[in-house]
Amino acid sequence: MRFALDDDREALRSTARELLTELCPASAVRAAWTGVPDEAAWNALADIGALAVLVPESDGGLGLDETYLVPVVEEAGQTALPHPLTETALVAAPLGVAGPMVATDLGGAGLVASATFAEAFLLVSGRGLRLYEAHEVDVEPVETVDASRHCGRVRPRAGGRSVTEDPEAVAAAFDRGVLGAAAELLGLSRAMLGLTAGYATQRHQFGKPIGSFQAVKHLLANARLEIEFAAPAVLYAAYAIAHGQPDASRSVSQAKWLAGSAAAVTGRAALQCHGAIGYTTEHDLHLYLKRSWALARAWGSADFHADRVAASISA
Amino acid sequence: MDLTWSAAQERTRLELRGWLEHSLAGWRAEIGTERSGDTREGFAQQLLWERRLYEADWSAVSWPRAYGGRDGTLWDWLIFEEEYWRAGAPQRVTQNGLQILAPSVFEHGTLEQKDLLLPRIAAAEDLWCQGWSEPNAGSDLAGVSSRARRVDGGWVLDGQKTWTTRGAFCTHLFGLFRSDPDSERHRGLTYLLVPLDLDGVTVRGFGRLDGDEGFAEVFFDGAFLPDDAVGGGVVLGGVGEGWRVAVSAASTERGLLRSPGRYQATVSDLLVLGEERGADAAMRRRIAAAWMRVDAYRLQTLQTVTALLDGRDLGSEASLAKVWWSELDIELHEIALDLLGPDAELQGPWSKGHQFSLAGPIYAGTNEVQRNIVAERVLGLPR
Repeated sequence: MRFALDDDREALRSTARELLTELCPASAVRAAWTGVPDEAAWNALADIGALAVLVPESDGGLGLDETYLVPVVEEAGQTALPHPLTETALVAAPLGVAGPMVATDLGGAGLVASATFAEAFLLVSGRGLRLYEAHEVDVEPVETVDASRHCGRVRPRAGGRSVTEDPEAVAAAFDRGVLGAAAELLGLSRAMLGLTAGYATQRHQFGKPIGSFQAVKHLLANARLEIEFAAPAVLYAAYAIAHGQPDASRSVSQAKWLAGSAAAVTGRAALQCHGAIGYTTEHDLHLYLKRSWALARAWGSADFHADRVAASISA
Repeated sequence: MDLTWSAAQERTRLELRGWLEHSLAGWRAEIGTERSGDTREGFAQQLLWERRLYEADWSAVSWPRAYGGRDGTLWDWLIFEEEYWRAGAPQRVTQNGLQILAPSVFEHGTLEQKDLLLPRIAAAEDLWCQGWSEPNAGSDLAGVSSRARRVDGGWVLDGQKTWTTRGAFCTHLFGLFRSDPDSERHRGLTYLLVPLDLDGVTVRGFGRLDGDEGFAEVFFDGAFLPDDAVGGGVVLGGVGEGWRVAVSAASTERGLLRSPGRYQATVSDLLVLGEERGADAAMRRRIAAAWMRVDAYRLQTLQTVTALLDGRDLGSEASLAKVWWSELDIELHEIALDLLGPDAELQGPWSKGHQFSLAGPIYAGTNEVQRNIVAERVLGLPR
């Protein structure tokens, strides 16, 4: 028994963290609101193999499992990376789709994130999944609360190729997407808490830093609490999928539910503690907050996942 | 990362499971109606049970054999707790000695104190209650005013302790006393070990919220505590060092007093109740939510134990666990009461458990204090 990120996993995570911190600052996320996201962070992730963690070594990947990739996805969440890392590296790559930047409609009931700039589209088709190149689909961009998501409604025109006809493979792909969303939500929660703890230390009212007031402390302690207990569930879900555990689907739902709860509690606390300064589009907080709102409902709502868990636990 | 138990651990689990099933049935057949360990009658019943645990080497699995333990690791302790609560065994009436005093003895006691105190704790021969809270020192423990005056051959104790769990049934008290009359706050306190049968010590039990005589107040009126009243000496960790010794125990109490096993067992019982009472979809969702939080606690504990075995300190992060399990315990019981509907007012394990759960956010440092600790020491917010 040993439940910790060991050195090699930690090394991949910290490499990803360093490059994301440098190449995907809040200004890059902000820029992605009005244009195609800058490719520097994405290309750097590709260079360290992060997009191909789940691709076999014989096919040029790292040949590792979800327990390596999920911490990287969490780091991407922490910087609100506007690229489809979950969709490309976690959902599509194990289906043999390696190379292009992939968008999918698996998690969004018709809404597809990164639709305006993705290179390939993994779309539900009957009981299976088909892959289309960008020129094979029509994309109708839609306005979303988080404009850096670049959502659209996507209709295939023609062509495409079958990726799988196996409903179990589709269900497993969905579960990996849920896991990615959970990891991103966890990262977003950490980002919002970090921003807010820093702000509460600097911001003075009534002659004191507002972080010295108990009401503020307790809001942020609640956020820290939610994060503390969501994190091991996210890591366990990665382990459960990687090792084909019988409780993998349930653990993925549990991770999403807990990470969604952490993001909701943290987001509310972060906005409240920032006060009016946070209630602007000039401050960076909204970049992370709005992403968390989107991901909390994408890939299955809290109730959807609670029901899945309820169905799988018995007396 | 390896989330499997070894073959030896699985064998231990099965051995324990069989022993618990067999021994609990035997003990229950013997005692008749089982009472709460927070009543005089129930305490006596459970002492009998504690001695069975000790004789079979299950009393303190993670202690060295020399002190009455089983030479187990923290993993073995976790397995023990899972099986213990799963089997529906009674709460440990010896837990203050086992889980609050003993860790301080291991850390701060002399060799002689370890040799003389620990085996008697494991064997439930000395029964320890904690003497920390006073009428004017609850959350603010550094405000204790009970005094210990040094005299020839011992100490003279004056003052009052209160909310002392099972104090009316125990034989000994460990607690903080102000040994330097000119000191304030954290300084000048000494951690003393006190037999409760000394002249000048009066113990009065009183009812807790649930009606059991589980609380006591302990009065010291010029009671003389000889230096050798307890084997190995009555001072733990040095004169004036009481705060340091007590704080190390507090972090143990907060962090590891509660294994997830207890809540895993409660949520299993809740699932059974949900089936019996025909939980609807909304209720099943609430149960699932509680189940997820319990399981998250289990997973977080696996991380914590891994970190402890890697040599990391638990530190202020123990406060996170305390807030989580205590509020989760209330949630579990509130769901149960809602499932029971009007029957929730009947005396029974769920109504009893509900009242007990409400103590969780109060004892071992209120959750308000714990949240301050999280904010200041984990998040670095200003004091």
